[in-house]
Amino acid sequence: MQHFSPSGLSLPSPSRRTLLRGIGGTAVLGAGIPLLSACGGSGTASDPKTVTLGSKASDAVPKKAFADIYAAYKKKSGITVDVNTKDSNTFQEQINSYLQGTPDDVFTWFAGYRMQFFAAKGLTTPIDDVWQTIGGNFPDAMKKLSKGEDGKYYFVPLYTYPWAVFYRKSVFRENGYEVPTTWDDFVALCKQMQKDKLVPIAFGDKDAWPALGTFDQINFRQNGYDFHVDLMGGKASWTDAKVRKVFDLWTEILPYHQEGAVGRTWQDAAQTLASKKAGMYLLGTFVAQQFTDKAALDDLDFFAFPEIDPQFGQDTVEAPTDGFMMSKSPKNKAEAVKLLEFLGTPEAESVYLKSDPSSVHASTKADTSSYTALQKKAYDMIAGAKSLTQFMDRDSRPDFTSTVMQPALQKFIRDPKGVDSLLSSIERQKKTIFASG
Amino acid sequence: MTTETTKEIPEAAAVPSPGAAPAKKVPHGHRRLLTRRDRLTLGLMAGLPTVLHIALVWVTALASIALAFTTWDGIGFDSIQWVGLQNFKELFEQNPQFWPAVQHNVIWFVVLIAIPTPLGLFLAVQLDKKIRFSRVYQTAFFLPVVLSMAVIGFVWQLIYNPDTGLINSIIGANEPGKYIDWIGDPDLNLWAILIAASWRHTGYMMILYLAGLKGVDPSLREASALDGAGEWQTFKNVIFPTLRPTNTVVLVVTIIEALRAFDLVFVFNKGAEGTELLSILVTNNIIGESSRIGYGSAIAVVLLLISLVVIIPYLVATFRKERRA
Repeated sequence: MQHFSPSGLSLPSPSRRTLLRGIGGTAVLGAGIPLLSACGGSGTASDPKTVTLGSKASDAVPKKAFADIYAAYKKKSGITVDVNTKDSNTFQEQINSYLQGTPDDVFTWFAGYRMQFFAAKGLTTPIDDVWQTIGGNFPDAMKKLSKGEDGKYYFVPLYTYPWAVFYRKSVFRENGYEVPTTWDDFVALCKQMQKDKLVPIAFGDKDAWPALGTFDQINFRQNGYDFHVDLMGGKASWTDAKVRKVFDLWTEILPYHQEGAVGRTWQDAAQTLASKKAGMYLLGTFVAQQFTDKAALDDLDFFAFPEIDPQFGQDTVEAPTDGFMMSKSPKNKAEAVKLLEFLGTPEAESVYLKSDPSSVHASTKADTSSYTALQKKAYDMIAGAKSLTQFMDRDSRPDFTSTVMQPALQKFIRDPKGVDSLLSSIERQKKTIFASG
Repeated sequence: MTTETTKEIPEAAAVPSPGAAPAKKVPHGHRRLLTRRDRLTLGLMAGLPTVLHIALVWVTALASIALAFTTWDGIGFDSIQWVGLQNFKELFEQNPQFWPAVQHNVIWFVVLIAIPTPLGLFLAVQLDKKIRFSRVYQTAFFLPVVLSMAVIGFVWQLIYNPDTGLINSIIGANEPGKYIDWIGDPDLNLWAILIAASWRHTGYMMILYLAGLKGVDPSLREASALDGAGEWQTFKNVIFPTLRPTNTVVLVVTIIEALRAFDLVFVFNKGAEGTELLSILVTNNIIGESSRIGYGSAIAVVLLLISLVVIIPYLVATFRKERRA
């Protein structure tokens, strides 16, 4: 799941990546899975002065930002980081066979269930030794995110970005709106915006993942972080009254969402916010990439999703985190450890964010002086969170979220009345998927 | 007919039978037609493609069938677990996308055979009359066939995009209240895609029929004209029956198109509600980080069975015809 579109184009873009996904698909169907494992690293004998690194950062902006980090490391340590960059979607789809083949020493990946899954399968190396060095750089929420189910560390976070409700300051000022902090205020604001001929909540779910974000927000505000984890881990039931309540709340605000969401990309939905036709938009901070006009970007602001149950307040923040892992048997383990130690420093993060300012530091020790107002706010929001979630498709089995939840939520958005049969269908499918190892 | 067969026979005879040349060097004693080198060459020429064919077609197909009775996440062969018919049971009873997908594949076929095929035939007949600019028309209608389905998907998205697309912009259906969601509405999106698919298929059919029509003996037309048949009568009673082989090809091509439909939908909306297809379900389950290879294979097996139901009667009919000939 690629949430970024750093190209910044608002074209309805299934994009080059989707095409590659398709091509990758046919390749796998034709050739059988194990054949693909040869796609991995170089396979040359290990050079003590080189660490290999598999990267999914194939888009121009992050690619350069990552290259800057490796250049800084080379300058500092004299060690060359040999980067194998692959198209990000292809990288994600082949990660399975990549890690079983001859992977690079270190590779870019996501925090959360997606990291824990490969850790549990024994396809990556625990890096507790790295964390002895870098542990002081990170808040507890990040530490929690970097551990596998066995309690060992497997992941070094680099940057993160929160999900929140975005709005235009000028629109709120002109109409005299106030930032809602409770559910009732939020609903009242939606009503008012509708009266003022605004689309209250911009919404585009053509790519099927944005709706997962809405579900997450309502769910952990209503039921708390622990329930979110249980539900995503397949432990809690989707037919539970707690889940039903989430959909009831969602049904309440669904009429205030932009019409025809299933046919609209998030980029197009962002344009309705940019053009002041919509009042609010729930998305990750990458929405800022769609604000190409400087004045409009300065006018962009956000607030945390409003409180629903006071017991949980706004203590959970959805903050997908990207970073690095070490493969099962790295050729140059000693240097790979040192590289990861460097990648866990605020210094490395700063180098990255200099070229890609749409995210914020994962570390709390970082220098935030060059932050934009938006970045500063995002940073404070994450730093102040009691728990961080990773977005549904990173907190749960990706096969479950992509084959069951994405179509199910698209169905719900179109037809909220059928929620009961939808939930029992989700629960039945979930059981078989989670039962299959 | 007779001229054709006489033309073919000498050609066929002219092809040297393999191994004829080395027959000169017959070794003493034991009678051998081929030297060791010849056998090696022949072995490689016949063996290598056979190995490749078996490995890439048969082994993978049989492996898919075997995997359909297992669960496997693609990580290590020891994680393959035998589950019998569980995948199929789940597919038929629990997957909310499966039956719509089957249905859509069928609709795909019916629409392609009912609309673009006659249209392609009609265009071919018109172009066959050697009207002015016939080459220009021919190129224009054939152009979509040259484009890949994915590109067609992109082009038609510009037309169907509910906010900024051509249709909604012209008829003003991108405003609240009058909104038409061509891509997201399950009552509309399949038909929207089928229009795009038909747009391409028409040109394809046209070219096939045009080739067929070029092969019709002009004396047949002359004879029917002499007998006083009108244009429609000539077409119905004389020309169309001679297109029988072309019709078979058209039918097979259309069935294949309907079963392999994938790229256009994948680009359009990834097979969201309303446009589910079997091929997309297979892909969604098999590709990814924690794949459901067993389950995806089960869907692929269903697709294979449907293909066989269509292909076997065709092959039987073809072979029977050959035997008779």
